[in-house]
Amino acid sequence: MHERVQPGDRGAFFDVDGTLISTNVVHAYAYYVFNRGTFFGTAGRLLKGLAMAPVYAAADAWNRKVFNEVFYQAYRGLSEDRLVELADDLCKEVLEPAVYPGARDLIDEARRAGCRIVLCTGAIDITMKPLARLLGADDLIANSLQFVEGFATGKVIPPIVEGAHKARRIRDYCVEHGLKLDVSHAYSDSMSDYPMLSVVGRPCAVNADSGLRRTARAYEWPMVDLR
Amino acid sequence: MRPLDRLRKRYDADAQVVVQDEDSPPRMIFSGEEVLLEELPLGTRVVFPNPPIQELANVKAAVRWALNHAEGTDPLHAMLRPGMKLLVAIDDISLPLPPMRTPDIRQVVLEIVLELCADSGVDDVHLLIANALHRRMTEAEMKRMVGERIFAAYHPDRYTNHDAEEPDGIVELGRTDAGERVRISRRATEADLVVYLNVNFVPMDGGHKSVGTGLTDYLGLRAHHTPHAIRGSRSYMEPRHSALHSSVDRIGRVIDREVDVFHIETALNNRMFDGPMAFLGKREEDFGELDRAALAGLRWTLGKMPRELRRKVFHSVPAAYGVIAVAAGKTEPTHEKILETVRRQSFVKVRGQSDVLICGIPYISPYNVNSILNPLLVQVMADGYFFNMNRGIPLVKKGGTMIVCHPCADEFDPVQHPSYIEFFHRLLPETRDAMVLHEKYEEEFARNPSYVHLYRKGNAYHGAHPFYMWYWGENGRQHLGQVIAVGTENTHVPELLGWDRADTLAEAIDMARGRQGRTASITLMHHPPMVMTEVVVGAEEEQKLLGRGAPAPTAPA
Repeated sequence: MHERVQPGDRGAFFDVDGTLISTNVVHAYAYYVFNRGTFFGTAGRLLKGLAMAPVYAAADAWNRKVFNEVFYQAYRGLSEDRLVELADDLCKEVLEPAVYPGARDLIDEARRAGCRIVLCTGAIDITMKPLARLLGADDLIANSLQFVEGFATGKVIPPIVEGAHKARRIRDYCVEHGLKLDVSHAYSDSMSDYPMLSVVGRPCAVNADSGLRRTARAYEWPMVDLR
Repeated sequence: MRPLDRLRKRYDADAQVVVQDEDSPPRMIFSGEEVLLEELPLGTRVVFPNPPIQELANVKAAVRWALNHAEGTDPLHAMLRPGMKLLVAIDDISLPLPPMRTPDIRQVVLEIVLELCADSGVDDVHLLIANALHRRMTEAEMKRMVGERIFAAYHPDRYTNHDAEEPDGIVELGRTDAGERVRISRRATEADLVVYLNVNFVPMDGGHKSVGTGLTDYLGLRAHHTPHAIRGSRSYMEPRHSALHSSVDRIGRVIDREVDVFHIETALNNRMFDGPMAFLGKREEDFGELDRAALAGLRWTLGKMPRELRRKVFHSVPAAYGVIAVAAGKTEPTHEKILETVRRQSFVKVRGQSDVLICGIPYISPYNVNSILNPLLVQVMADGYFFNMNRGIPLVKKGGTMIVCHPCADEFDPVQHPSYIEFFHRLLPETRDAMVLHEKYEEEFARNPSYVHLYRKGNAYHGAHPFYMWYWGENGRQHLGQVIAVGTENTHVPELLGWDRADTLAEAIDMARGRQGRTASITLMHHPPMVMTEVVVGAEEEQKLLGRGAPAPTAPA
């Protein structure tokens, strides 16, 4: 294996929530709820969301995949064109201010190192596309909601992008684009992304939670703080 | 323990080389954050550092005199014009070691230079730490280096670390006759005048190395920070025998043609310890009862402390260095003037080479101020620094044995040395061949965005830096037949470094004699403070050992 840098032979895969931005999928959903357009629509979804909060918390603590399945049911009934319409505003008003100060530098440094920049997130693609454009990413790997006749069914098109599936999607992406996994980079803040980090040759813990911090120390991965 | 009067009568204050006899005391040898007390075989030569040269009585006056009597150019005040853009580049925290007591000499000189600037109507002044690919200094370290007043006035906008990875931050001035790329900070090329403020501690510091190395980037360093250049450098402390210095000088001459640089060089004595720790700088023959008690107390206390605490204690003790020379002006005459003094302080004449060389590795190196001396840095201290602490001929014979005392703990600082960890645990198990490492992995590490980010935004050494540490030891590895690490707490670290290990110094000496013969000559370099040797041999032997003096050419960058 010769590791001299060859342009275009490697990728940099970035988790988004907690890694590049301080918000998460709940903030994005909340934005859609508060912009339902009608008072009763907003109030109904808000109450429902609050009622479900303990369930979401328990699901997140238990398993990120279960959380995603439960959480995205809240999108049921939202119209696709409404979500698309609001995505740019959501990016401008919620996501852009939440981008960590060092995030753009890290992405620029990865680009200068000849990496293809890919955001790899459990958030929904409609929400993430404007952010990917904003950060200058080359590609986006994200979840897609299922829509029937223009309305979300509350289901995500499987397999859900999280945990082991993130790693599989990254592997597939590298094969498809002729990238080398062993010289590619992955960045995440959470222990739930351990598969994504371990599938590449150059993992890096970013703003790491305690679990990931312990793992990064044990495996001697670099640790970066973008906050 | 031998009575004091018996020791005193053996003591010769003028001789820096003492031969161990039956009345000689055991010797203090640093082993990381511990101090060993070891009996040495009879006939062992002990090389002590020269006593500290008396410091200048009035440093400020000496600085003003140097600025007003510049070497080869006008005085500094005559070069300052109202409205001009001035860059003051400053040596980073890697010198001196350990950091000197405040006020740091850089603060003393800066106060005078900045006052001169203010008097001359020069307001556009930027202070830039010339850290090259070293870690950024922390705010606290920056404040300590220049003092509270300057820090408050200039930080954070006008007092910064050099960023070798800043997009568009580096300008290529051209190439040398040998094809080396000359690349330095844009701040320097855009300034009307660059004042470089140096602290000279060993003869390889300062001169053309200051701007050309301190303010460049990875591509600039690729001209000479290579195993080829190191192999072509028979003595780092003697520029005429160093391919590294030849390259640095060629680059520096191009810089001097393109950029107006005014050098201020300073030299320090070697008064590393004073006050309650003064006994550490004495010869053992010179110890009084109080010194003996202090040493016993220190060893007992250190023995009871966890390593981290021991490290904190040692790193919190600044050195009592005194300023012994100041010169200013054009690069080469200024540097030559300072080198005279540095050589007088550093070099001790030693007759003939030795089969076995013993060195204690202390807790500090230029690359771990306020951090851990990790295994790669232990290697650089042994094969890189202490092996090369000579002018011309190495103290140890070709194929000889070097015995180093250090526990070699497998411990790294993820904040300062993240790329070292990967280098040590992923690359060294594959190969120790510097040429292979250089060709196969250096660029990959240098471009790794995680390491680049940690260098730019954190306080980490650049991704290429562990490679330089390994290259630095290349001459030692090529020259030495054996390195034995004494008192290592594991077996895998010495094994990865290609070293043997022994539990005690006596065992290591036996191993060395097994290889070098029972009559092998043994020399102990008694540092800290640092000591360098000038090995005296016959003219014919010198010719044989060093050649004609022209360094081997470096590989094209």
